[in-house]
Amino acid sequence: MLIQAHNLSVQIGKNRILKNIDLQVDRGQIVTVIGPNGSGKSTLLKTLIGALQPSEGEIIRAPGLSIGYVPQRLHIDETLPMTVQRFLQLPNRASTDAIRETMAQAGLPELLRQQLMSLSGGQLQRVLLARALLEKPDLLLLDEPTQGLDRRGTADFYRQIEQIRQSLNCGVIMVSHDLQVVMRRSEWVICLNGHVCCEGKPELVSSSAEYRALFGFDEDDESLALYSHRGHYQGSGDIREAG
Amino acid sequence: MLDDFLMRAALAGVGVSLAAAPLGCFIVWRRMAYFGDATAHAAMLGVALSLTLSTPIFAGVLMISLLMAVTVSTLSGRGYAMDTLLGVMAHSALAVGLVAVSFLSGVRIDLMAYLFGDILAVGKTDLAVIWGGAALVLVMIGYRWSALLLSTLSPDLTLASGISPRREQLVLTIALAIVVAVAIKVVGVLLIAAMLIIPAATARRFSRTPEAMAVMAAIIGVCANIAGLALSYHFDSPTGPTIVCVVAFLFVALNVVNAVFRRTNRQLSNGQNVA
Repeated sequence: MLIQAHNLSVQIGKNRILKNIDLQVDRGQIVTVIGPNGSGKSTLLKTLIGALQPSEGEIIRAPGLSIGYVPQRLHIDETLPMTVQRFLQLPNRASTDAIRETMAQAGLPELLRQQLMSLSGGQLQRVLLARALLEKPDLLLLDEPTQGLDRRGTADFYRQIEQIRQSLNCGVIMVSHDLQVVMRRSEWVICLNGHVCCEGKPELVSSSAEYRALFGFDEDDESLALYSHRGHYQGSGDIREAG
Repeated sequence: MLDDFLMRAALAGVGVSLAAAPLGCFIVWRRMAYFGDATAHAAMLGVALSLTLSTPIFAGVLMISLLMAVTVSTLSGRGYAMDTLLGVMAHSALAVGLVAVSFLSGVRIDLMAYLFGDILAVGKTDLAVIWGGAALVLVMIGYRWSALLLSTLSPDLTLASGISPRREQLVLTIALAIVVAVAIKVVGVLLIAAMLIIPAATARRFSRTPEAMAVMAAIIGVCANIAGLALSYHFDSPTGPTIVCVVAFLFVALNVVNAVFRRTNRQLSNGQNVA
């Protein structure tokens, strides 16, 4: 066990954002948390890294657990000059070889000398991933990593995550509101809407009534087309080939 | 060498500039400029306190600056905006300090010396205090450098790395109080913030990394101090304000040079394209 949340509730001001969440991630396991906007996904991640205190319940971390956190976005103040190379080594210095290896792992071209501010959104996301990987984390937390990526990009990204999991043997918690593409390599999918609506293996969750109700997949609804499209996509083998 | 008052003044200015440079960068990066200003203003209350209790000025100022910084950090986010809170506390502390000093009888006080500094009157003990404080600030910031940078970029990333952003904030708060306490003799309460912010702001355009910006801010600060001292000696102008004038001039001049340089570069490359 790497990390375990036990009957976790989080309150911000008077609003209860999360209610009675149970969650466990083991080494080498990918857990995907999906839910609509405002369902508390980012709050869950922030609580797991310790940025928010649970109002009830507890979080148990394996002793000496190192966490690699990839936030949804990073605001960089224009007053702070910062090259990619320098940013990757915060807070700990790393060898040039290790940096190059990690850059390749994160799928980044040579941009070590560029300013962080000049990067595109997608590049910055990958730099954040590279920074997290540099520490060889036991547990990788990804907040909406595929946001802004097209299908091809998403498939590539998931393939990379799969490779990273195998090379580091780390646990992964991935948060997404992307209903169409849930990574098939996930061992466990948690469907979140303040509380855990349903959870299980990816195939089971996607066919569950709660999941479909939460995301509005009514049988007679036109969004059913979206759903079958998704099935087609996953059946294309694009992701299955991964790893 | 230390027997010459100009030499002592120059060394005092250099010491303050060296400590103010990296701290000033963090103040610019974290948008704490007003916070620095407020802490410096509150120092006047520390002066009054020291004179009343006949303790060294350094001790009183350090205590009040710390108190001020910690109070503001604690109160912020509880119904008042940070800048409102700072405005209330800074100017109240300055006013109370000025009134308190005026009540002190039997002591002849040169108020101007505390408001604008009295660098030419720096003694050997002052010099020791200034360099001791500056060294302490440099060691603190140097030791926590990477953690401070990360917490400036993102508190969440800092927490995920197992570092507490609150502790890093505290390091900066204490460093700020120390710099205010040692700089009061050099530039005075009203101009300390200038020595923190202007060299860092000037260095920004010419730096690619945070480290380069801090080093460049230190060089600018040291040059401005020495040039300001020389000018003030030559023109018989007040030294603290003259130093700030020089650093402000450097800010404008370097920015103008930079803008002209870039424009010329662009025109050159445009010209090449046309050709």
